[in-house]
Amino acid sequence: MYAQGLNSTDPAAVEAEDPDRLAAFQARIDAEEKIEPNDWMPAQYRRTLVRQISQHAHSEVIGMQPEGNWVTRAPTLARKAQLLAKIQDEAGHGLYLYSAAETLGVTREALYDQLLSGRAKYSSIFNYPTLNYADMGAIGWLVDGAAIMNQIPLCRCSYGPYARAMILVCKEESFHQRQGYAIMVAMCRGSAEQRAMAQDALNRFWQPSIMMFGPHDSNSTHSELSMKWKIKRFTNDGLRRKFIDATVPQAHSLGLTIPDPDLRFNEATGHWEHGAIDWDEFARVLGGDGPCNRQRLKHRRAAEAEGAWVREAAAAYAAKRRGANERAA
Amino acid sequence: MSFASCDPRAAWLMRLGDTTLVLGHRMTEWLSRAPTLEEDIALANLGLDLIGQTRLFYTRACELEGGARDETDLAYRRAEPDYRNPLLVEQPNGNFADTMARHLIFAGFATPLYQRLAASCDAETAGIATRSARETTYHLRHAGEWMIRLGDGTDESHERAQAALDDLWPYVPELFEADDLDRAVAASGFGVDPSTLRDDFDAAVDDVLARARLAKPAEPRGQRGGKAGRHSEHLGHILAELQYLQRAYPDARW
Ligand SMILES: [Fe+2]
Ligand SMILES: [Fe+2]
Repeated sequence: MYAQGLNSTDPAAVEAEDPDRLAAFQARIDAEEKIEPNDWMPAQYRRTLVRQISQHAHSEVIGMQPEGNWVTRAPTLARKAQLLAKIQDEAGHGLYLYSAAETLGVTREALYDQLLSGRAKYSSIFNYPTLNYADMGAIGWLVDGAAIMNQIPLCRCSYGPYARAMILVCKEESFHQRQGYAIMVAMCRGSAEQRAMAQDALNRFWQPSIMMFGPHDSNSTHSELSMKWKIKRFTNDGLRRKFIDATVPQAHSLGLTIPDPDLRFNEATGHWEHGAIDWDEFARVLGGDGPCNRQRLKHRRAAEAEGAWVREAAAAYAAKRRGANERAA
Repeated sequence: MSFASCDPRAAWLMRLGDTTLVLGHRMTEWLSRAPTLEEDIALANLGLDLIGQTRLFYTRACELEGGARDETDLAYRRAEPDYRNPLLVEQPNGNFADTMARHLIFAGFATPLYQRLAASCDAETAGIATRSARETTYHLRHAGEWMIRLGDGTDESHERAQAALDDLWPYVPELFEADDLDRAVAASGFGVDPSTLRDDFDAAVDDVLARARLAKPAEPRGQRGGKAGRHSEHLGHILAELQYLQRAYPDARW
């Protein structure tokens, strides 16, 4: 999802760990104890978490761009303030998550370098353009909606700092989801042009949103350890099904059509079943070849480069003050 | 639709709202472009305060005017000459020093203005001013702290901060020049005469500049006109972007 590029657990690396410590660690996990930064943990557990948390942080930061695209053009002052506050929340999520990752012994600068150099992944969803104002509704409703599906179980993640960050983040994401849905309601109750914008937004964001849950379980061979270590508690397909079951009736009550001709309700299972997902597109977007990958990274790099002299000035000023204080002491 | 308000109190509050609207727009342009993630959050906060102030000033102006218009009419359905913000706030963001220098000047002006306005004979306006003064006091501190860091940081940041002040100083005099409208609302006890704010402005700004090791530019003859509806080229572009959806889809309800 926000860490959908994740396929990092390497069982061979785990076998190299001290078996007694590993068993004690697993016993704590099984007893639902939280693992804290100074506790012993397998190197693989640490690596998996660093990657997952930093991918999540990067997604929050890159995710500011598609919505930022409409903030100067928001249609009313109330909508403008709402959108600005939402994007500000996402920046805050990025900050919490970088801090959570830092408890595992990495620096935010190093993680940021991985993002800017293109080595780190972030959620594929933010590589799609926002083309009309209804996209601000669709993103809140679908993207924040999909994010919460995945992140609510992460509130019980075995790693304490991540779990606690997720509790804060989830509260805000569910607020964003309701706000996004409210925008969709307003658009669908508005003029014919507004309804067309809403349908167009759903048409473009539906597939990318259900891709946020990652590959089918049958193709996701690496989640076993994550499940065992309670970094992850539900499978990709399970979460995707939950999301679709919650979202399809909402689309219907908005009077919108889900852009999937094969979508049907299975009376026997009580679940909605979706048609084929274009996994080639998913791989392309995740691999750097989506509609906006280059644009998003270029924007991030430009902001970093343009801000360098400001950060240098702040560091130089802080050093001078430290020097002055030491001389005074 | 774009008639100028004939109630002087409403017209004067609209000026305040135009000022925060345009500066708020400039702040939102920074989003996802700030030098740090923390500063992205801080600039969004400044923008949110300014948009919030705009809504309060406009809404009260519309009430005083008789209720025929609302905040959306004022923000989205007027033309350039109807906006009465001083030229300072429509100047482009430039680099981070330009934005912080512009904000230091704005907050150094708006904070004493709002503090005096908190004694307005109109209780509603006084309430808005009290709340807004708290916000701009924080803005003044934030912009001031950055100007100090930039002024007393590296050679490069010092140069950029000084250049920003020099470029923006021509827009300072307009802020403090009282016109008939200013004098009328001040005389009635509703508003504030901006020419009485200059000492407070100088005290706040001089303190920052001294700590920043920056030179106060010589008082220029200055650029003016925004308060009378004669703007720089920049405002048209701001409005084209800001008003796009309302202008393109007049029948829509957002
Ligand atoms: Fe978020
Ligand atoms: Fe969100």
